[in-house]
Amino acid sequence: MVADPVPLQLAAELFPNGISRYAIGGLFVGLGAAVIYVGTGISAGASTFLESTLSYVSSQSRFQQYVASRDWRLVFTLGIILGAAVYAVVYQGGAWTTDVAWWRLLLGGLFVGVGTRVGKGCTSGHGVCGVGSASKTSLAGVLAFLLVAILTAQVVAALGVTP
Amino acid sequence: MATSTDRHPLFIPLVLVGGLIFGFGLGYSHMARPEVVLNFLQFEDFGLLFVMFGGAAVTGIVFFVMPRVLDRAPLTGDPFERRLKSFDRNVLIGGAIFGVGWGLSGICPGAAYASLGIGNVTILWALAGMFIGAYLQGWWRSRATDGVDPSPTGAD
Repeated sequence: MVADPVPLQLAAELFPNGISRYAIGGLFVGLGAAVIYVGTGISAGASTFLESTLSYVSSQSRFQQYVASRDWRLVFTLGIILGAAVYAVVYQGGAWTTDVAWWRLLLGGLFVGVGTRVGKGCTSGHGVCGVGSASKTSLAGVLAFLLVAILTAQVVAALGVTP
Repeated sequence: MATSTDRHPLFIPLVLVGGLIFGFGLGYSHMARPEVVLNFLQFEDFGLLFVMFGGAAVTGIVFFVMPRVLDRAPLTGDPFERRLKSFDRNVLIGGAIFGVGWGLSGICPGAAYASLGIGNVTILWALAGMFIGAYLQGWWRSRATDGVDPSPTGAD
Protein backbone atom coordinates (compact mmCIF):
# COMPACT_ATOMS: atom_id res chain seq x y z
CA MET A 1 0.00 0.00 0.00
CA VAL A 2 1.27 3.40 -0.96
CA ALA A 3 1.05 5.94 1.86
CA ASP A 4 -0.61 9.30 1.23
CA PRO A 5 1.71 12.28 0.91
CA VAL A 6 2.36 13.95 4.26
CA PRO A 7 0.07 16.97 3.65
CA LEU A 8 -2.86 14.65 2.93
CA GLN A 9 -2.18 12.56 6.03
CA LEU A 10 -2.06 15.69 8.13
CA ALA A 11 -5.30 16.98 6.59
CA ALA A 12 -6.99 13.66 7.35
CA GLU A 13 -5.91 13.94 10.98
CA LEU A 14 -6.85 17.58 11.51
CA PHE A 15 -10.00 17.43 9.37
CA PRO A 16 -11.50 13.92 9.65
CA ASN A 17 -14.69 15.18 7.98
CA GLY A 18 -12.92 17.08 5.23
CA ILE A 19 -13.03 20.85 4.93
CA SER A 20 -15.60 21.51 2.22
CA ARG A 21 -18.66 21.41 4.52
CA TYR A 22 -16.97 23.87 6.88
CA ALA A 23 -15.60 26.19 4.22
CA ILE A 24 -18.80 26.29 2.16
CA GLY A 25 -20.97 26.64 5.26
CA GLY A 26 -18.74 29.44 6.56
CA LEU A 27 -18.99 31.30 3.26
CA PHE A 28 -22.79 31.12 3.53
CA VAL A 29 -22.69 32.42 7.11
CA GLY A 30 -20.59 35.36 5.97
CA LEU A 31 -22.79 35.89 2.93
CA GLY A 32 -25.92 36.06 5.11
CA ALA A 33 -24.36 38.76 7.28
CA ALA A 34 -23.08 40.52 4.13
CA VAL A 35 -26.53 40.63 2.48
CA ILE A 36 -27.96 42.41 5.52
CA TYR A 37 -25.00 44.78 5.69
CA VAL A 38 -25.15 45.74 2.01
CA GLY A 39 -28.83 46.64 2.27
CA THR A 40 -28.92 48.21 5.70
CA GLY A 41 -25.42 49.00 6.97
CA ILE A 42 -26.14 46.79 9.99
CA SER A 43 -23.53 44.25 11.06
CA ALA A 44 -25.83 41.76 12.72
CA GLY A 45 -24.92 39.47 15.59
CA ALA A 46 -27.07 36.64 16.86
CA SER A 47 -26.85 37.15 20.62
CA THR A 48 -28.53 40.57 20.92
CA PHE A 49 -31.75 38.74 19.99
CA LEU A 50 -31.80 37.39 23.55
CA GLU A 51 -32.01 40.83 25.15
CA SER A 52 -34.12 42.42 22.43
CA THR A 53 -36.72 39.65 22.70
CA LEU A 54 -36.78 39.94 26.48
CA SER A 55 -37.91 43.56 26.01
CA TYR A 56 -41.30 42.21 24.87
CA VAL A 57 -41.91 40.62 28.26
CA SER A 58 -39.76 42.58 30.72
CA SER A 59 -39.73 46.24 31.67
CA GLN A 60 -36.15 46.08 32.99
CA SER A 61 -34.42 49.24 31.79
CA ARG A 62 -31.50 47.27 30.33
CA PHE A 63 -33.72 45.70 27.67
CA GLN A 64 -35.53 48.87 26.59
CA GLN A 65 -32.63 50.09 24.44
CA TYR A 66 -33.42 47.22 22.06
CA VAL A 67 -37.10 48.02 21.50
CA ALA A 68 -36.35 49.73 18.16
CA SER A 69 -34.50 46.71 16.78
CA ARG A 70 -36.42 43.86 18.39
CA ASP A 71 -38.77 43.20 15.47
CA TRP A 72 -36.09 42.81 12.81
CA ARG A 73 -33.95 40.77 15.20
CA LEU A 74 -36.90 38.41 15.62
CA VAL A 75 -37.16 38.16 11.81
CA PHE A 76 -33.40 37.56 11.54
CA THR A 77 -33.65 34.69 14.02
CA LEU A 78 -36.69 33.20 12.28
CA GLY A 79 -34.64 33.37 9.09
CA ILE A 80 -31.79 31.47 10.76
CA ILE A 81 -34.19 28.74 11.92
CA LEU A 82 -35.81 28.49 8.48
CA GLY A 83 -32.47 28.50 6.66
CA ALA A 84 -31.22 25.65 8.82
CA ALA A 85 -34.52 23.85 8.18
CA VAL A 86 -33.91 24.16 4.42
CA TYR A 87 -30.51 22.51 4.97
CA ALA A 88 -32.18 19.76 7.03
CA VAL A 89 -34.78 19.03 4.33
CA VAL A 90 -32.40 19.19 1.36
CA TYR A 91 -29.23 17.60 2.75
CA GLN A 92 -29.89 16.07 6.16
CA GLY A 93 -32.96 14.04 5.22
CA GLY A 94 -34.95 14.55 8.42
CA ALA A 95 -34.61 15.82 11.96
CA TRP A 96 -31.37 15.44 13.89
CA THR A 97 -31.11 15.61 17.68
CA THR A 98 -28.10 15.98 19.94
CA ASP A 99 -26.86 13.44 22.47
CA VAL A 100 -25.28 16.12 24.68
CA ALA A 101 -26.84 15.88 28.15
CA TRP A 102 -29.68 18.31 28.90
CA TRP A 103 -27.96 19.72 31.97
CA ARG A 104 -24.88 20.60 29.94
CA LEU A 105 -27.08 22.45 27.44
CA LEU A 106 -29.02 24.28 30.14
CA LEU A 107 -26.01 25.23 32.27
CA GLY A 108 -23.89 26.03 29.21
CA GLY A 109 -26.70 28.13 27.77
CA LEU A 110 -26.91 30.08 31.02
CA PHE A 111 -23.21 30.96 30.89
CA VAL A 112 -23.56 31.80 27.19
CA GLY A 113 -26.53 34.08 27.96
CA VAL A 114 -24.62 36.00 30.62
CA GLY A 115 -21.25 35.97 28.86
CA THR A 116 -22.25 37.17 25.40
CA ARG A 117 -24.18 40.07 26.90
CA VAL A 118 -21.42 41.13 29.28
CA GLY A 119 -18.81 40.61 26.57
CA LYS A 120 -20.67 42.58 23.84
CA GLY A 121 -20.95 39.76 21.33
CA CYS A 122 -20.75 36.11 20.40
CA THR A 123 -19.30 33.89 17.71
CA SER A 124 -21.21 35.75 14.97
CA GLY A 125 -21.02 39.32 16.28
CA HIS A 126 -17.37 39.22 17.39
CA GLY A 127 -16.25 36.15 15.45
CA VAL A 128 -17.67 36.84 12.00
CA CYS A 129 -18.62 40.55 11.83
CA GLY A 130 -16.08 41.87 14.37
CA VAL A 131 -13.14 39.91 13.00
CA GLY A 132 -14.29 40.89 9.50
CA SER A 133 -14.06 44.51 10.67
CA ALA A 134 -10.52 43.87 11.96
CA SER A 135 -11.79 45.11 15.33
CA LYS A 136 -9.19 44.73 18.10
CA THR A 137 -11.99 44.47 20.65
CA SER A 138 -13.56 41.57 18.77
CA LEU A 139 -10.21 39.82 18.29
CA ALA A 140 -9.64 40.05 22.05
CA GLY A 141 -13.16 38.76 22.70
CA VAL A 142 -12.72 35.84 20.31
CA LEU A 143 -9.36 34.95 21.83
CA ALA A 144 -10.87 35.06 25.34
CA PHE A 145 -13.84 32.82 24.61
CA LEU A 146 -11.88 30.46 22.38
CA LEU A 147 -9.17 29.80 24.97
CA VAL A 148 -11.59 29.41 27.87
CA ALA A 149 -13.91 27.19 25.80
CA ILE A 150 -11.02 24.90 24.84
CA LEU A 151 -9.94 24.69 28.47
CA THR A 152 -13.49 24.02 29.64
CA ALA A 153 -14.16 21.33 27.02
CA GLN A 154 -10.87 19.60 27.83
CA VAL A 155 -11.61 19.61 31.57
CA VAL A 156 -15.16 18.33 31.02
CA ALA A 157 -13.85 15.55 28.77
CA ALA A 158 -11.09 14.69 31.25
CA LEU A 159 -13.73 14.35 33.96
CA GLY A 160 -15.28 11.64 31.80
CA VAL A 161 -18.50 13.49 30.95
CA THR A 162 -19.82 12.06 27.64
CA PRO A 163 -21.55 13.13 25.64
CA MET B 1 -30.90 53.25 12.96
CA ALA B 2 -34.20 53.04 11.15
CA THR B 3 -37.31 52.94 13.25
CA SER B 4 -40.35 50.96 12.23
CA THR B 5 -42.16 54.07 10.97
CA ASP B 6 -39.69 55.30 8.35
CA ARG B 7 -38.45 51.90 7.29
CA HIS B 8 -38.03 50.84 3.69
CA PRO B 9 -40.61 48.16 2.72
CA LEU B 10 -37.78 45.82 1.72
CA PHE B 11 -35.98 46.13 5.08
CA ILE B 12 -37.69 43.20 6.81
CA PRO B 13 -37.70 40.92 3.71
CA LEU B 14 -33.96 41.53 3.28
CA VAL B 15 -33.26 40.71 6.93
CA LEU B 16 -35.25 37.50 6.49
CA VAL B 17 -33.26 36.52 3.38
CA GLY B 18 -29.98 37.33 5.15
CA GLY B 19 -31.06 35.21 8.12
CA LEU B 20 -32.02 32.35 5.78
CA ILE B 21 -28.58 32.31 4.15
CA PHE B 22 -26.88 32.68 7.55
CA GLY B 23 -28.90 29.80 9.04
CA PHE B 24 -28.39 27.61 5.99
CA GLY B 25 -24.64 28.16 6.40
CA LEU B 26 -24.78 27.16 10.07
CA GLY B 27 -26.69 24.01 9.14
CA TYR B 28 -24.43 23.15 6.20
CA SER B 29 -21.26 23.72 8.26
CA HIS B 30 -22.61 21.41 11.02
CA MET B 31 -22.13 24.18 13.58
CA ALA B 32 -25.73 23.57 14.62
CA ARG B 33 -24.54 20.25 16.09
CA PRO B 34 -22.99 20.71 19.55
CA GLU B 35 -20.98 17.50 19.09
CA VAL B 36 -19.07 18.99 16.15
CA VAL B 37 -18.20 22.12 18.13
CA LEU B 38 -17.07 20.02 21.10
CA ASN B 39 -14.89 17.95 18.75
CA PHE B 40 -13.20 21.17 17.67
CA LEU B 41 -12.61 22.31 21.25
CA GLN B 42 -11.05 18.91 22.01
CA PHE B 43 -8.74 19.23 18.95
CA GLU B 44 -10.39 16.33 17.13
CA ASP B 45 -11.65 18.33 14.12
CA PHE B 46 -10.40 21.80 13.26
CA GLY B 47 -13.14 22.49 10.70
CA LEU B 48 -14.73 25.22 12.83
CA LEU B 49 -11.81 27.51 11.99
CA PHE B 50 -12.89 27.43 8.36
CA VAL B 51 -16.41 28.44 9.34
CA MET B 52 -15.47 31.39 11.51
CA PHE B 53 -12.64 32.74 9.37
CA GLY B 54 -14.40 31.85 6.11
CA GLY B 55 -17.36 33.89 7.30
CA ALA B 56 -15.09 36.70 8.51
CA ALA B 57 -13.31 36.76 5.13
CA VAL B 58 -16.61 37.37 3.34
CA THR B 59 -17.77 40.08 5.74
CA GLY B 60 -14.26 41.56 5.71
CA ILE B 61 -14.37 42.06 1.95
CA VAL B 62 -17.90 43.52 2.07
CA PHE B 63 -17.08 45.81 5.01
CA PHE B 64 -14.07 47.05 3.05
CA VAL B 65 -15.76 47.51 -0.31
CA MET B 66 -19.19 48.95 0.54
CA PRO B 67 -18.09 52.29 2.10
CA ARG B 68 -16.03 52.88 -1.06
CA VAL B 69 -18.93 52.11 -3.40
CA LEU B 70 -21.91 53.73 -1.67
CA ASP B 71 -22.27 56.62 0.77
CA ARG B 72 -25.26 55.18 2.55
CA ALA B 73 -27.10 51.87 2.83
CA PRO B 74 -30.03 51.87 0.36
CA LEU B 75 -32.68 50.55 2.79
CA THR B 76 -31.82 52.59 5.90
CA GLY B 77 -29.79 55.60 4.77
CA ASP B 78 -27.26 54.61 7.44
CA PRO B 79 -23.54 55.00 6.70
CA PHE B 80 -21.49 51.85 6.12
CA GLU B 81 -19.41 51.41 9.24
CA ARG B 82 -17.21 48.65 10.56
CA ARG B 83 -18.33 46.75 13.63
CA LEU B 84 -16.17 48.42 16.25
CA LYS B 85 -17.09 48.06 19.90
CA SER B 86 -15.27 49.85 22.67
CA PHE B 87 -12.79 47.71 24.56
CA ASP B 88 -12.98 47.37 28.31
CA ARG B 89 -12.58 44.69 30.96
CA ASN B 90 -16.10 43.38 30.23
CA VAL B 91 -15.02 42.12 26.81
CA LEU B 92 -12.57 39.72 28.48
CA ILE B 93 -14.77 38.87 31.48
CA GLY B 94 -17.85 38.29 29.33
CA GLY B 95 -15.77 36.43 26.76
CA ALA B 96 -14.46 34.11 29.46
CA ILE B 97 -17.96 33.47 30.85
CA PHE B 98 -19.20 32.79 27.32
CA GLY B 99 -16.23 30.46 26.84
CA VAL B 100 -17.22 28.38 29.86
CA GLY B 101 -20.72 28.01 28.45
CA TRP B 102 -19.52 27.29 24.92
CA GLY B 103 -17.02 24.69 26.15
CA LEU B 104 -19.60 23.03 28.39
CA SER B 105 -22.42 22.82 25.87
CA GLY B 106 -20.89 23.25 22.40
CA ILE B 107 -23.58 25.79 21.65
CA CYS B 108 -23.55 29.51 20.84
CA PRO B 109 -26.57 31.74 20.12
CA GLY B 110 -26.75 31.66 16.30
CA ALA B 111 -25.96 27.95 16.15
CA ALA B 112 -28.63 27.27 18.78
CA TYR B 113 -31.35 28.92 16.69
CA ALA B 114 -30.12 26.99 13.65
CA SER B 115 -30.11 23.78 15.68
CA LEU B 116 -33.82 24.20 16.25
CA GLY B 117 -34.18 24.44 12.49
CA ILE B 118 -32.44 21.11 11.89
CA GLY B 119 -35.00 19.46 14.18
CA ASN B 120 -32.95 19.38 17.37
CA VAL B 121 -35.70 19.96 19.94
CA THR B 122 -33.29 19.03 22.73
CA ILE B 123 -31.58 22.38 22.08
CA LEU B 124 -34.52 24.10 23.81
CA TRP B 125 -32.63 23.40 27.05
CA ALA B 126 -29.77 25.57 25.81
CA LEU B 127 -32.12 28.28 24.53
CA ALA B 128 -33.89 28.35 27.89
CA GLY B 129 -30.51 28.70 29.59
CA MET B 130 -29.51 31.56 27.28
CA PHE B 131 -32.68 33.53 27.94
CA ILE B 132 -32.35 32.99 31.69
CA GLY B 133 -28.71 34.10 31.54
CA ALA B 134 -29.48 37.17 29.43
CA TYR B 135 -32.33 38.06 31.79
CA LEU B 136 -30.16 37.71 34.91
CA GLN B 137 -27.51 39.88 33.30
CA GLY B 138 -30.09 42.49 32.26
CA TRP B 139 -31.72 42.47 35.68
CA TRP B 140 -28.38 42.96 37.35
CA ARG B 141 -27.34 45.75 34.98
CA SER B 142 -30.72 47.48 35.24
CA ARG B 143 -30.34 47.57 39.01
CA ALA B 144 -26.80 48.93 38.67
CA THR B 145 -27.87 51.75 36.35
CA ASP B 146 -31.28 52.59 37.82
CA GLY B 147 -29.69 54.17 40.88
CA VAL B 148 -29.30 53.26 44.49
CA ASP B 149 -32.89 52.23 45.17
CA PRO B 150 -32.62 48.49 45.72
CA SER B 151 -36.34 47.81 45.35
CA PRO B 152 -37.28 46.56 41.87
CA THR B 153 -39.02 49.18 39.77
CA GLY B 154 -40.45 46.86 37.13
CA ALA B 155 -43.58 44.80 37.65
CA ASP B 156 -42.06 41.68 36.13
